[in-house]
Amino acid sequence: MIEHRRFGNLLPHLILLAGVAIVAFPVYLAIIASTHDNTVIANGQMPLYPGSHGLETYWNTIVSGTGKTTRQAVGVMMLNSLIMAIGIAVGKIAISIISAYAIVFFSFPFRMTAFWTIFITLMLPVEVRIFPTYKITSDLHMLDSYAGLILPLIASATATLLFRQFFMTVPKELVEASKIDGAGPIRFFWDTLLPLSVTNIAALFVILFIYGWNQYLWPLLITTRDDMQTIVIGIKKIIDVHDALTEWQVAMATAVLAMLPPVAVVVLMQRLFVKGLIETEK
Amino acid sequence: MANVTLRNVRKAYPNGFEAIKGVDVDVADGQFCVLVGPSGCGKSTLLRMVAGLETISSGEIDIGGRIVNQVEPAERDIAMVFQNYALYPHMSVYNNMAYGLRNRRMPQPEIDTRVQEAARILELGAMLDRKPGQLSGGQRQRVAMGRAIVRQPKVFLFDEPLSNLDAKLRIAMRVEIRKLQRRLNTTSIYVTHDQLEAMTLADILVVMNGGQVEQVGNPLDIYQKPATTFVASFIGAPPMNLMPLSADELKSQLAGDSRINDAGILGIRPEDFVVSNETVAGGIALGLTVEAIERVGAETFIYGTRERDVQGVAANPGELPPGEVLVRIPGAIGPAIGERIRAIAAPDKLHLFTADGRQRVGP
Repeated sequence: MIEHRRFGNLLPHLILLAGVAIVAFPVYLAIIASTHDNTVIANGQMPLYPGSHGLETYWNTIVSGTGKTTRQAVGVMMLNSLIMAIGIAVGKIAISIISAYAIVFFSFPFRMTAFWTIFITLMLPVEVRIFPTYKITSDLHMLDSYAGLILPLIASATATLLFRQFFMTVPKELVEASKIDGAGPIRFFWDTLLPLSVTNIAALFVILFIYGWNQYLWPLLITTRDDMQTIVIGIKKIIDVHDALTEWQVAMATAVLAMLPPVAVVVLMQRLFVKGLIETEK
Repeated sequence: MANVTLRNVRKAYPNGFEAIKGVDVDVADGQFCVLVGPSGCGKSTLLRMVAGLETISSGEIDIGGRIVNQVEPAERDIAMVFQNYALYPHMSVYNNMAYGLRNRRMPQPEIDTRVQEAARILELGAMLDRKPGQLSGGQRQRVAMGRAIVRQPKVFLFDEPLSNLDAKLRIAMRVEIRKLQRRLNTTSIYVTHDQLEAMTLADILVVMNGGQVEQVGNPLDIYQKPATTFVASFIGAPPMNLMPLSADELKSQLAGDSRINDAGILGIRPEDFVVSNETVAGGIALGLTVEAIERVGAETFIYGTRERDVQGVAANPGELPPGEVLVRIPGAIGPAIGERIRAIAAPDKLHLFTADGRQRVGP
């Protein structure tokens, strides 16, 4: 349905532009706000043009932190968030690809039991099992550690299911050809299955990285030390100050900074991501 | 180089289904053995048992003097070409061929020599850097063959390798496979359901049905002297006409034949009929009403019904309906529809089988 009318394209474009404006305006506002002095924002008149304090604000936010509110520099928080998000994404992918491999390609007693057990955990996200999980994490002395941030979130029924569905489409002759070519189970996994799964892994990585980056409740519970804070919690703490003026420019700068890594991941992996979601040819 | 011997090989599944019910086959060194049969007859299962991809319930499989029942596929010194080629989609043509050799820790110069040699034989030289996805069906087929050749195995196993190709390419590849096998002189086992492919490729033909071997032998011997009605109707296209010998005129025509006492079914190949008004001593003459005619240029197929309404044998799919007889005559000239004709067959063209069709009567 391709039509070329002189003004026919105008209306769709207007609608699209309106949509973009609605989505992008708050982001624009956050960026603008982060470039102004706190007094400008605090008097209630939010300007729509960039201010002159941008570099100064970001420098303070990332490197030194500010004395009154965040005792921790956002740079450290970003590092924590990054380690957690990458740890969760990589860990989830590693564990689920191995369990899917076992479930699809090997026959062992209670194979289907194992599969359904994994499946059932779909119904048990962190929020539901938060107390037992906290107890175990604390008993293992993993509070305030990267392991404590990452490990309890690592098991993933969704990713296992996704890999299982993909593995089941791999022709069984490919497995047999590998056997005849002298490749054992581990070789087959590394040489054939993993390269074939690259696009799926990339798509999952994008989704899981953002999932990990956006974690709020779990890091809030198990981190008490300031140097273990993640950026999502950092934002909350900056806004939530008592007996002082909220440093809006810092809060906005932190929000902008918190947006950057997920955006970067999506932009960098966009091609693989789309391929992974739509590709059917093996 | 090696011979392959199957001794009373059986395959039973845990649910009690017997896929292979005791098969004995002996393939001599350098021979091309074709397993042929309808789908579900167990031919692929048997091949996969030789490859080591299926376990053997009982019996022995011997490759080159070594019993391989418990040997892993990779250690059986075989190479297999799959129906869907099973090429590694992420590897280049070169790596597809080299992969098995690398896994065997062969030195790189040797691998390179072998792959280049195979590429030369199969005319794949210009495509070594491509991925299987960029190749045509025939080229993929050749890569799959190349992957088998570079291994220089004792035995090639082919599992319906041509069934994914179009008709023209299939014939071309069939000839190529045969030439290649002659040249390399490697013992081969080839599975197909196409009787033409089976006839043209085989040194030794194994006709299978329902998990059992119906007949083993030279393709022409099998064509000329089918051991059962199943073989008679499966080998040869169009299939042999099979008519029951009840108390009717057929029986009286054969009254002088010594085989008649044991026989219950008469078989005549469509191409062994002659349309004529003469009579042949000891032969058969059928009065037919022409129902349909197919002219393909070089030959003409006449579908006729016999005068009397006789119950025929249609035990297998693809056979003619009871009472209908197919006559194949050379040339494009033939009778018209509705015409009455007489089809005669000489005594040496008659095949007689016992009433259950399981045994051939006489020579």
